Parts: sequence; structure tokens; C-alpha cells
Amino acid sequence: MKLYLKYAAILLKSQMQYKTSFFMTTLGQFLVSFTVFLGMYFMFDRFQAVEGFTFSEVLLCFSIILTSYSLAECFVRGFDTFSGIISNGEFDRIMVRPRNEILQVLASRIEFSRIGRLIQGIVVFIYAIPASGVIWTFDKILTVVLMVVGGFFVFSGLYIIYASLCFFTTEGLEFMNIFTDGGKEFGKYPFSIYGEEVLKFFTYVIPLALFQYYPFMYLIGRTDRITNMLLPILGMLFILPCHLFWRIGIRHYKSTGS
Amino acid sequence: MIELKGICKTFKTAKRNAGFKEAAKALFKKEYSCIKALDHVSFSVSDGEMVGYIGPNGAGKSSTIKIMSGILVPDAGECVINGRIPWKDRINHVKEIGVVFGQRSQLWWDVPVVDSFELLKDIYKVSDQEFHKNKDVLTELLDLGEILRTPARLLSLGQRMRCEIAASLLHSPKILFLDEPTIGLDAVSKVAIRGFIKEMNKEKGTTVILTTHDMQDIEALTERILLIGKGRILLDGSLSELKKRNETYKKLTVDYAGKGVEPIPGLTIVNSVEGHAQMTVDTRILSVSSAISHISGQVDVTDLSVSGATAEEMVVALYKEFSI
Repeated sequence: MKLYLKYAAILLKSQMQYKTSFFMTTLGQFLVSFTVFLGMYFMFDRFQAVEGFTFSEVLLCFSIILTSYSLAECFVRGFDTFSGIISNGEFDRIMVRPRNEILQVLASRIEFSRIGRLIQGIVVFIYAIPASGVIWTFDKILTVVLMVVGGFFVFSGLYIIYASLCFFTTEGLEFMNIFTDGGKEFGKYPFSIYGEEVLKFFTYVIPLALFQYYPFMYLIGRTDRITNMLLPILGMLFILPCHLFWRIGIRHYKSTGS
Repeated sequence: MIELKGICKTFKTAKRNAGFKEAAKALFKKEYSCIKALDHVSFSVSDGEMVGYIGPNGAGKSSTIKIMSGILVPDAGECVINGRIPWKDRINHVKEIGVVFGQRSQLWWDVPVVDSFELLKDIYKVSDQEFHKNKDVLTELLDLGEILRTPARLLSLGQRMRCEIAASLLHSPKILFLDEPTIGLDAVSKVAIRGFIKEMNKEKGTTVILTTHDMQDIEALTERILLIGKGRILLDGSLSELKKRNETYKKLTVDYAGKGVEPIPGLTIVNSVEGHAQMTVDTRILSVSSAISHISGQVDVTDLSVSGATAEEMVVALYKEFSI
């Protein structure tokens, strides 16, 4: 962990070398997700509610997804850009250093400018909290924390799968974005509004609903079942098969010519 | 102690012809071809040795280095380095090796070199005392001084390479792999780096394995050379042995006044311009001294020099011999 912070410090120093670029990107990130917010606002201005969810409820859901997604994007960026790390030979360097490869990949790219998006998530969150009508007892706060952390883990797991696929092929990996970027886009609304099949898919195959739909129902008081609240913990376990897949991939690493 | 036994590695690559139609076809049906990068490579290197690893491009030099440094897993064969199998015990293995890839930097691009060094200290868990000692010695030997406070991206290639080498020695490794350390450097930097490598090997007993295309590197540094071609070790011997193999002819360069030299058996004239000629003497037929007396009998020699084959020429001859 100490080493990770040292890496973070050196990356922050590097990114600060280009100050203007850094602040513009941060601002850009903020504005991009702000337009999404506006889109939702105008839609609800017309329709009042979607499948029984009110605007402020959806906002709450949106802010939680956005927060966990931007956390994952900020800190797990190394896996997102992993094909680049392989093709420029950086991974060779990682392999000859006596530290865990995952830690080094994580530490090789930390995208501080994603903080813009994170701030957006938090701003919407602060706005949605009083508007949603949720009574903030201890268990509700815990639910939100679990949702954000669970989301961070699931998104990270998806990034790791994405990166591991790079060991086998360097082509045709864009489809993975359906689950990461797509997951974030879909996840603005509770998954149930897309219908039974989609919900099932996101429960059993890609466990995005485990940290979104189910605990969310508990959060806004649609269900009392405590299991719903704890499902994000199950979602976190998704990281384990992802890690296993990574270990298999690394044995197939081919490196690049020089 | 490095020991490789029957190491094999095959790469599968997709092949297609140029053109859009072919590209579209490749989307659906791909043709693969297997390239044997390494084919039963075996050799051993003892502690404190300095070995030059040579061969043409694509012969398998880098693949071997990558297997020895734990980056690649071979398809078959054994590789034991200091009692460890690199890819099975990667973390403990790489603590004891240093690797320089001449074409790739290991420094953080935008920060001063010394910041990179500090981070490497933490990565390798080097103690403060050892770190400062090594840093001071390296700074002095490689003349880093001011350079250390410059961001890596602003360094010239020669300065950067000196920093790269210093960076890979901060943790006092027992084995140093140098993959083309002098590529693209000017003469002064090359000489400085060669001198330093030699010093390290002598003083600290660091085992050095060096791949290069620059034969002067080999001549200046290594006694032993390994020649690899098409994935096989073709020759494992000392540079002087290799020289003896090629000592069958000598080169004569002559400046003279007069009409010109008539060739005799054993003496061939390679080229001659007015008053200047290059000749080769086949020492199996004609001794150098009788060749010289033959020449001086015919013309008035103003300048004359005798030289053996350069390492460069020997390697070309070797490549030809093994047709690689």
C-alpha cells in the first residue's frame, strides 16, 4: 500500500507537469456527465416517473453508479488501457520487478482527472439525498457504502477480464465496453425497467444488479429483506474468478518483439 | 549460475497478404503460421562471467533474455538461474537480476531521474544505506551528477542510457542482462558505457549477458561469445578461438609510387586506385613477409599496414557459414 502511494505521488507529479491539460480534462469529465444529468432531468420533466421510480430515486441510483464507476476508472485505469501497456513493452518491465503484477498495473496508471466525474457523482448524490425521501438510518447508510464498494469491485473485475483477454488476442475487445461503459449507462436506471431477461443477465452472468437493483430496492424501502442489502458483498466475490482468469492469462503472455 | 537445457519457444502468428480484400477475408478465416523462436537452446554461464550473445535480427536473442528474466514461459526445456526457475519463482528471481532493454526506458518519463531512483529503491526494498552507497558510486562512475535532477524526457539518448544502466544496478543484482545497451549511441557514450560494464564485472563480479549488433562491444567486453541463429545455438566459444578460425588471411593496405603490383598465388588485389591498393594474403599459401618482399620488389612502398579480420567481418563470415 505504501508503495502504491509512492507510485501515486510520482504519477501526480507527472500529470501536474501539464497543468492546463490536467484541469481542462477534469473540467471536461465533469461537463460530460453533467449533460447526462440534464438529459435525465428533461426526460423526467415530461414523464414524472419511469416504471414507478421517481426522478429523485433514479438520481440516487445514478449517483451511486457514477461514483463507483468513476472510482474504478480512476484507480483501475491500468487495466482499461492494458492493451497499450502490453504493446509498448511496459509489461515486460513490470515482469522484471519484484512486486505483484496486479499492483504494478494498477499503479502504472492513475487517472486523477477522473476526479471530475467523481465530483459529479458526489454532487448529484448530495442533491438526491434530501429529495429522495429516504430516512437515513444506519442500515441505509451502510447499504449505500456497500453499493459503492460493491460497484467498484464489479467494475474492477470487468476491467481485469478485459485486460486478461489481451494476453490471448489484441483484437475485437471493444465488446467488453458493453459491460463497463454500457453497465454505467444502463445502470443509471434500476435494471428492472429493462425487463426480466436483462435483470436476470445482470444478476447471474455479469453481476451488476447485485450492487445496483437489489440493494437499491432495500434503500428506497420497496423491500425489507436484509439479504438485498447484503447482496453487494456477493457481488464483490466476482473479483475472484476474474483474478483466476488473469493468472491463466499471464502464463500465455507473449511479449512483443524489440 | 545460469543453466538452460533444451529451451523451446514457438510463437503463433496470424498471416495475411496485403490489401483490403485480404483483410476482410482474414476477419473470418485466419491462417496461422508457427515460428520457432527458440529450438532446443542449451548453454550455461558461471558466476562472474561476461558473455556476448550475438545473432542477426529475429534469431531469438531477446526471447532468450525474456525467458531468463522470467517474462516468458518456454514451451519446453529447463532453465535454472541461481537455483530458481525464473517464471515459477518470479518475484524472488528478479530481485537478483538487473535488465536493461536498450530500446525501452524504465524511467518515469516526466519526473527527474532521481525521483525514479527513489521509487525503484522502494520497489526493490533497498535499504537506505545500500541505496546511497550504490547511488554515489554509480553517479561517480557514470558521471551522472547534474543529469539526475533533469526529467527523463529531456535527456539525450546517451545520458538516458547511462541513467538506465544505473537504474538497473541500484539493487546490486548478481546478474545483469543488457539487451542492446549501446544502440544508437555516439562513440564517446559507447566507450564510457563499455568501460563501466567492464568495471562492474571486475569489481563486483556481476555476471553480464550482453546482446548486441555492435562487434566493438563484443571485442571490448567479452571473452566468450554465443552465436544464435534461427533459434539454435550455433557456436559457443571464445572470441580468440573464433579469430583463429578466420586467421587464414590478412589484409594489406599499401601506398606506393610506381606502376602497380602483379598478383601472385596467395596474393589477391581487392582494389587499387592510383598509388593506393588493398590486398589480401592467404596465409596458407603465402607468408606475410614474402608477400611484402614481393610487393616492395615491384613498387616503391611509402606506407604499408597489415591487419587481421575485424570482428565485424568474422561475424559476417559466420552468418554466411551457417547461412542465417
